[in-house]
Amino acid sequence: MDERSLRVLTPGVIGVLVRRGADFAAAEDAVQDALVEAVRLWEARPPQDPKGWMVTVAWRKFLDAARSDASRRRREEVVEEQPAPGPAVPVDDTLQLYFLCAHPSLTPASAVALTLRAVGGLTTRQIAQAYLVPETTMAQRISRAKKTVADVRFDEPGDVTTVLRVLYLVFNEGYSGEVDLAAEAIRLTRQLNSAIDREEVAGLLALMLLHHARRSARTRPDGSLVPLVQQDRSRWDTRLIAEGVEILQTALARDDVGQFQAQAAIAALHADARTAEETDWVQIVEWYDELARLTDSPVVELNRAVAVGEADGPRAGLAALTTLDPDLPRHAAVAAHLHERNGDLAIAARLYAEAATRATNLPERDHLTRQAARLNSDLLDATVDGGSA
Amino acid sequence: MAKYLLLKHYRGGPTPVHDVPMDRWAQEEIADHVQYMNDFAARLEGTGEFVDAQALSPEGTFVRYDGEGKPPVTDGPFAETKDLIAGWMVIDVDSYDRALELAGELSAAPGAGGRPLHEWLELRPFLTAPPTVTE
Repeated sequence: MDERSLRVLTPGVIGVLVRRGADFAAAEDAVQDALVEAVRLWEARPPQDPKGWMVTVAWRKFLDAARSDASRRRREEVVEEQPAPGPAVPVDDTLQLYFLCAHPSLTPASAVALTLRAVGGLTTRQIAQAYLVPETTMAQRISRAKKTVADVRFDEPGDVTTVLRVLYLVFNEGYSGEVDLAAEAIRLTRQLNSAIDREEVAGLLALMLLHHARRSARTRPDGSLVPLVQQDRSRWDTRLIAEGVEILQTALARDDVGQFQAQAAIAALHADARTAEETDWVQIVEWYDELARLTDSPVVELNRAVAVGEADGPRAGLAALTTLDPDLPRHAAVAAHLHERNGDLAIAARLYAEAATRATNLPERDHLTRQAARLNSDLLDATVDGGSA
Repeated sequence: MAKYLLLKHYRGGPTPVHDVPMDRWAQEEIADHVQYMNDFAARLEGTGEFVDAQALSPEGTFVRYDGEGKPPVTDGPFAETKDLIAGWMVIDVDSYDRALELAGELSAAPGAGGRPLHEWLELRPFLTAPPTVTE
């Protein structure tokens, strides 16, 4: 049993401990300790019943911790009695854990960390490494998050929207480390999708799969970005695309569209085009209209302007841009692209350079700088050619 | 989840509000200042927002490549360079507003007379990894 399939057991085992009367924070610690033991022992002697083993060991760890802590004497008395009665209504432990870890009282960073540990079964060290912070800082973040939700009842109904926001953050803003956060986000969303039947959960899963499918085509070996139009589409993962499209179609057929389904629909339309030229930009603009209606996000409007530029020509795209705040992140980048397509190379070069200084990530900054340099050198060549003619 | 650098300048920032140099402070005032900085870092560790804090020696050397097979050329140190960086703290926070709030608190470290220094700190966001979903 590898580490990943071991981690799948985490939420269920925490659920069992909580139903036996352990509080969430202590249960979560005990299961982490049991995971460490499993990694150590299972390779040589894998158990017949992995979950049963985990429950037994985690429960023992929990009792040990409760006993060794003199100040927790009262809790010890409680757990030494028969297991406390569980919630009156039977609940899916896994689903409840998602709700708890994405509780609205938590900040996004805390919710992400707690979800990765308690639902994902990752260690604090792995999470710290993934987000490039010291392990002590991540340990504190998780322990504070646990305190914040200490009084939340485990069977309290939750809002799946907040869970989706957390999973999207893990997928979209994942850093690199020994843990593949994008793959982990997909695993957790897949698991959520089996625990609850909601169109937007399926929509988010489809969105992730469709973007993950492009992963190997998205960056060059040196880490630089390959824009969508230039990507080698033969390197897109057709298996992931097929799965994403199928999940999305099933969700859309139920006619309760949300922002993740709309975003997935846009990704699916790109996936559907064998070459960049075959892209159905008219339909993509329609989905952006839908997305703008659903989210009211200026970032969506910016991306919509790009799509309009492709569907109706760069002038139409520039017209769509005029209604937007020029201070928006990536506004200059979008304007540069549209001006270049419109043949205003000098303006485009200036805007690319401006956009580079305003980029919020390194590969994008380098990409925009290269665009500016490419146009500046073309403009220089044109001047030289013009002079010699 | 965004990382910010809080950059402490000896020189090169806007005009300082209090300009009594540290070597004219009382022993206790220096001790209180150092204590404040340590407490601040410890508190951020507690909130899960601390990444790093470092101080730099004020004297530096300029170095550059000088061609194949030659040792690098050095220059300086320059006593009067325009900008002088004293050190930094790196934080990992949920929002720009939170970064501003923390920078404001750090700037209130006590100085001469035990009053807040109102020291100018430069707040700069780190460039991040690229987002996965771009369209």
